[in-house]
Amino acid sequence: MAEQNDRMLKVIRPGADRIGVEFSRLREYRELLFFLVWRDLKVRYKQTALGVTWAVLQPLATMVVFSVVFGRLAKIPSDGVPYPIFAYCALVPWQMFAFALTESSNSMMQNQYLISKIYFPRLIVPLTPVFTAMVDFLLAFALLIAMMPFYGVVPKLTILLLPVFLLLVVLTSFAVGVWVSALTAEYRDIRYTIPFLVQSWMFVTPIAYPSSLVPQKWRMLYGLNPMTSVVEGFRWVLLGTPAPPLMPMLVSGLAVVVILCGGVMHFRRLESTFADVL
Amino acid sequence: MSENAIRASGIGKQYRLSYHPPYKTFREAVARFASAPWRSVRSAPEEHFWALKDVSFEIKQGQAVGIIGRNGAGKSTLLKILAQITGPTEGIVYLWGRVGSLLEVGVGFHPELTGRENIYLNGALLGMKKAEIARKFDEIVAFAEVEKFLDTQVKHYSSGMFVRLGFSIAAHLETEILFVDEVLSVGDLAFQEKCLGKMQNVASSGRTVIFVSHNLMAIEALCQHVIWLERGAVMAEGRPGAIASRYLESVRSFRMETLHEEPQSAPGNEIIRLRRASVRPATHSDAQITTHTSILMEFELWVLAAGARLSFEVQLYNAYGIRVLFTGLFDARSYPEGLVRISARIPGDLLNTGIYRIEFFVLDSAEFPLWTSAELLTFEVADSLDLRNGYLGEWPGAVRANVQWTTEIPE
Repeated sequence: MAEQNDRMLKVIRPGADRIGVEFSRLREYRELLFFLVWRDLKVRYKQTALGVTWAVLQPLATMVVFSVVFGRLAKIPSDGVPYPIFAYCALVPWQMFAFALTESSNSMMQNQYLISKIYFPRLIVPLTPVFTAMVDFLLAFALLIAMMPFYGVVPKLTILLLPVFLLLVVLTSFAVGVWVSALTAEYRDIRYTIPFLVQSWMFVTPIAYPSSLVPQKWRMLYGLNPMTSVVEGFRWVLLGTPAPPLMPMLVSGLAVVVILCGGVMHFRRLESTFADVL
Repeated sequence: MSENAIRASGIGKQYRLSYHPPYKTFREAVARFASAPWRSVRSAPEEHFWALKDVSFEIKQGQAVGIIGRNGAGKSTLLKILAQITGPTEGIVYLWGRVGSLLEVGVGFHPELTGRENIYLNGALLGMKKAEIARKFDEIVAFAEVEKFLDTQVKHYSSGMFVRLGFSIAAHLETEILFVDEVLSVGDLAFQEKCLGKMQNVASSGRTVIFVSHNLMAIEALCQHVIWLERGAVMAEGRPGAIASRYLESVRSFRMETLHEEPQSAPGNEIIRLRRASVRPATHSDAQITTHTSILMEFELWVLAAGARLSFEVQLYNAYGIRVLFTGLFDARSYPEGLVRISARIPGDLLNTGIYRIEFFVLDSAEFPLWTSAELLTFEVADSLDLRNGYLGEWPGAVRANVQWTTEIPE
């Protein structure tokens, strides 16, 4: 009898469970997250002819194009470091963000069959692309480290701050991904706007140019885009470019928290209807 | 001893009526907002219907419970709510114990991955831990009979192998509560028997199992308790035999007889009018028609034009719309004015189980139709239940003749 009283009790009622309950479920299902990430990576690398090299080739090719167009032809300044590594250092975290954003917009449709047939914490769906993007990121990042001595860049002690900016790019990717995945489930046509969104976002992020080109009075507003701080932070701690001002950085941090909390709340409000609308 | 495993009270589920697709488009939302920004974006009039309304029940721990009902009665919606795939609009459910569900086999199988990889992926989707899957791995593979193809990509599997593997993984879930939707009809005959056996083991192992099925025979064999849903509400619950027969009675609204007392209002024309038509067993007229039964059809007509030369024809259609039988009396005999009764007898051991429709033709001497009725009568042939050797699934085939089999060993 005692054993029966210990039985786990699960309560189903309209609306979402408390966020704490959801987090403990996410922990319970962490192996599923692992398997889904592993599935997506395996299938992707199996299906592309270039396999794993694709993860590195993409930012590398973009770097070459940027160096020719913006570095050589447009003569855009690069904060005193060689332009190629200046661009590549920004492209590495940017690719992660762009990939997570694009994949999140497809994730609900791709997994609609699972969602309509099986229970699992739905937040796993937008979490998966963030983790798969991280694997590509690591490969591209390894190449960045290998390229640094070639361009004569020696990292200083500031490199210890790298985890802060890593965390920032991961949180930004997830925060935007969770919004996009819920919105694509709710509105079918959102998906088609994503490539345009990614492209525009890239130009409001200082990837091809240094943020010092942006007038001082706009810097706070510019900080609302967390990717600005990610890119500036990466250049600062890895390439030794001048330290970015603190205030816009804090604005970015705050923006991420707001986008993330709003996104998770929005997602969870719709969560119980995903199986009906997909 | 008899503690609750599930208690549901007042569950309701409301859906938007789907004139338009269930999803919205952002373009519409923007357009609506632009045309009337002072109104809320969500205020567009929508029609709703309740797929489930005020459903309450309790299921004891260790019980095997069947949920029956017609298509659209809410069975699958109820199961989806219990399995947490979709949320209820109102009401509350308490579940004591770990929950697993088997709503469809092989969900989440990825064609590019091998059998081995898919076992782990699918197991994780069903809520199994990696260690648990590893422990059950050999058992799962053996049950599915795919040992040789473990490292083959699933896209190269036959459909039989695919469902066997899918079922096998789910069947090895060891949750205290298990939801099973219409999965006993997967795979070939031999595998269905194996599935049923496995489900019988699960049901008798002290775990709580909820089955949803159209197959009343399987439900009766597996369950101790049945819940009957009708238009989103619980119609009745209780012992399987009693509930199943009440359910069957309600479903069987066949027209096995039609009678018109007044010639003026009877269907027909100036040559003939129909008085009565009936279909029933040839011998014990109030018994059920089974696959063994010889069936008697009778038609009574008033002949209004003396000396009319008439032929008669019956076409029998099954529920799939297949014309199973074409028969007639084509002698174009001349009939006097007044009542005439025509009888036709279909031999037993011919029709398979299912619902049949009788199309009746009265023809003139040139075999031109004088009068027809596309659905004069309907009736159902029930299963005779013998000769099945324990198999409970649907018996395939358009007909069910009593075929004589012999074996011999020639020297």
